[in-house]
Amino acid sequence: MKLNGAEIVLECLLEQGVDTVFGYPGGSVLNLYDALYKYSDKIRHVLTAHEQGAAHAADGYARSSGKVGVVIATSGPGATNLVTGIATAYMDSIPVVAITGNVPVNLLGLDSFQEIDITGVTMPVTKHNFIVKNIEDLADTIREAFLIANTGRKGPVLIDIPKDITVKETEYVKKVIEPVSNYYADITSDQIKEVVDLIENSQRPLIYAGGGVIASEAYESLKEFVEKIDAPVSSSLMGQGSFDNTDDRYIGMLGMHGTVTSAYAVTECDLFIGLGTRFSDRVICDIKSFAPNAKIVHIDIDPAEVNKNIKVDLQLLGDVKCILDILNKEIKPKNNKEWLDKVYSWKKEYPLKMVEEDDEMVTPQYVLETLNELAGEKAIITTEVGQHQMWTAQYYKFKYPRTFISSGGLGTMGFGLGASLGAQVANPDKRVINVAGDGSFHMNCNELVTAYKQQIPIIELLFNNNVLGMVRQWQRLFYGKRFSQTTLDRDTDYVKLAEAYNVRGYRITKKSEVRDVLTKALSENTPALIECVIDRDINVLPMIPAGGSINKPIVNIDI
Amino acid sequence: MEKKRILSILVKNESGVLPRIGGLFARRGYNIDSIAAAKTENPKITRMTIVATGDKSTLEQIEKQLLKLYDVLELKVLDNENSVSREHVMLIAGNSEETRANLIQVANLFHANILNVTEESLMLELTGKPTKIDSFIKLVEPFGIIKLARSGLTALEKR
Ligand SMILES: Cc1ncc(C[n+]2csc(CCOP(=O)(O)OP(=O)(O)O)c2C)c(N)n1
Ligand SMILES: [Mg+2]
Repeated sequence: MKLNGAEIVLECLLEQGVDTVFGYPGGSVLNLYDALYKYSDKIRHVLTAHEQGAAHAADGYARSSGKVGVVIATSGPGATNLVTGIATAYMDSIPVVAITGNVPVNLLGLDSFQEIDITGVTMPVTKHNFIVKNIEDLADTIREAFLIANTGRKGPVLIDIPKDITVKETEYVKKVIEPVSNYYADITSDQIKEVVDLIENSQRPLIYAGGGVIASEAYESLKEFVEKIDAPVSSSLMGQGSFDNTDDRYIGMLGMHGTVTSAYAVTECDLFIGLGTRFSDRVICDIKSFAPNAKIVHIDIDPAEVNKNIKVDLQLLGDVKCILDILNKEIKPKNNKEWLDKVYSWKKEYPLKMVEEDDEMVTPQYVLETLNELAGEKAIITTEVGQHQMWTAQYYKFKYPRTFISSGGLGTMGFGLGASLGAQVANPDKRVINVAGDGSFHMNCNELVTAYKQQIPIIELLFNNNVLGMVRQWQRLFYGKRFSQTTLDRDTDYVKLAEAYNVRGYRITKKSEVRDVLTKALSENTPALIECVIDRDINVLPMIPAGGSINKPIVNIDI
Repeated sequence: MEKKRILSILVKNESGVLPRIGGLFARRGYNIDSIAAAKTENPKITRMTIVATGDKSTLEQIEKQLLKLYDVLELKVLDNENSVSREHVMLIAGNSEETRANLIQVANLFHANILNVTEESLMLELTGKPTKIDSFIKLVEPFGIIKLARSGLTALEKR
């Protein structure tokens, strides 16, 4: 069948099972949008307020569903507006395909109107990218892009399509796409034996789960593994939800804002098993004090992550789920009661608690625990970046994978609202709540209009401390309380702002209002914004300063 | 300890390949000594010979990160045992008629070719192992090197 390039793009999306795209139109993608008009019964296009919002939405769609997120933008400014979103996905290994228009092939390289070398710009923040200069290559390039995004360690891929390519016609032959299988292990029987021996001889094993556990859908396999080897489980920010947070063996996050229990456990363990993780500097802190008494086993799909940030004793390369399934067959159930008892006593002694609760004051802990109780374990929680992000990761008890969505690697303020839109579109039956800070909110609040217009009933839960709290915390600790440019006090009327966008607004200033407002917002199937006014001097604790010793978390900061 | 490593890689002969590889080295702070590239007998494929320096773990990272690039099809680590390596140099040297005879003598000693002659200077060319090129340049230096172009190392694995 003869189709034009724009139609071929959409047919290729349909081949991949794509039924939703996020984006924003413009000159170079006019033909693509003309085709979208024609295909509107097959592909839903979610128009955002800004291309960055669309990129984060595609990312949130991918993180919450496990499918590839798709975003479309025009050339020049449209394309550059995607960059932060693409980089966010790249740092967290999220499969996204970004399609940008560009000027016609004969105008490339001439500084034409709205021409940007977007493949050049995005080279360091994509897994791979393409520019299609030949209509014959178009269909296969799109297929290849999806394959790359989804294979091995996932990540974003960009396809730049000059305008004339979307107009030209060529023969299109539909292809049946085989689902990508990453279920493989590049390991020998000797390696299996070695790791089984290590586990059997260990008295104090610790399992550490990263985002790779979620990417490889290894939730069940991890649960079985944990029960078999009878070890406590810690996780990275990205690994939140890969293991049931309400399980006794779960001891909280590890690293800069991890729990004291995790810090002590990593210090005392004799075997550290890192699963689907890249040992970020935010986790290792000071390399010399990290797991000093342990053999380290690293299981990951990306060979380049092994021995990059930390030297390991044993590496198992491959899909986490596949390797865990192999190990689960080989390992005899163990009992590490003595070790677990010790860990449980730490858990009891050092619970997460930032401030003493009182009757009046609204604390993030109280709000998040109440939200947890009311919204429940199936809700999807997205976040912006800052203190509120860490509080959410600490106090909300995530039970299932893909229920906590946050920008880990890049730490992108402005990520959350867009991501929540994507997550809600992918999961119409779930409640999606974006936990925001006032600073982050002002970066992307334009997307409230998308929630309204596209009827995406997310709840924006805004912790308003009137400061860039996380930066302020560092200034308090390390810069003699010189709060340079972090006191916002912008006097924004958030309720009015929400209402201007036709979104229901609530304001909480007293503890007694928290439950009622949350209940009300959750009972309605429309977007809502809830402002919680909180104190500006609440810290995220515990805290290990960058490069600090992991066994000495700060648990108290003088204000 | 810093070491040199010769990497012979096959990459897709596409426009973005060079910036992808250069960008990787720059971004991650890897040291590149030389890079030589041209298409192979198969016009769709380019062979690049990269000489990189770094400690053991950096060199390991360089290999792994290169292999992650989608355009990199094959990577081999080459050494004196398993391969032959060569470099090519072209230079213009010499600043007076009096010393020219001596310069020609040096050129003959190395079997360098004389490509161009002017009253004061000679253009010379030499192919050989990098160490040979180094000592050639060292001996030519006293005559005054006016311009110099080294190709960077190319190497081929033995069969
Ligand atoms: C786009 C971007 N700019 C700057 C930063 C640096 N930064 C990290 S946290 C933070 C403060 C966030 O403030 P807010 O959203 O109010 O959250 P809070 O910490 O107060 O909860 C800043 C400025 C960032 N992470 N992202
Ligand atoms: Mg704030």
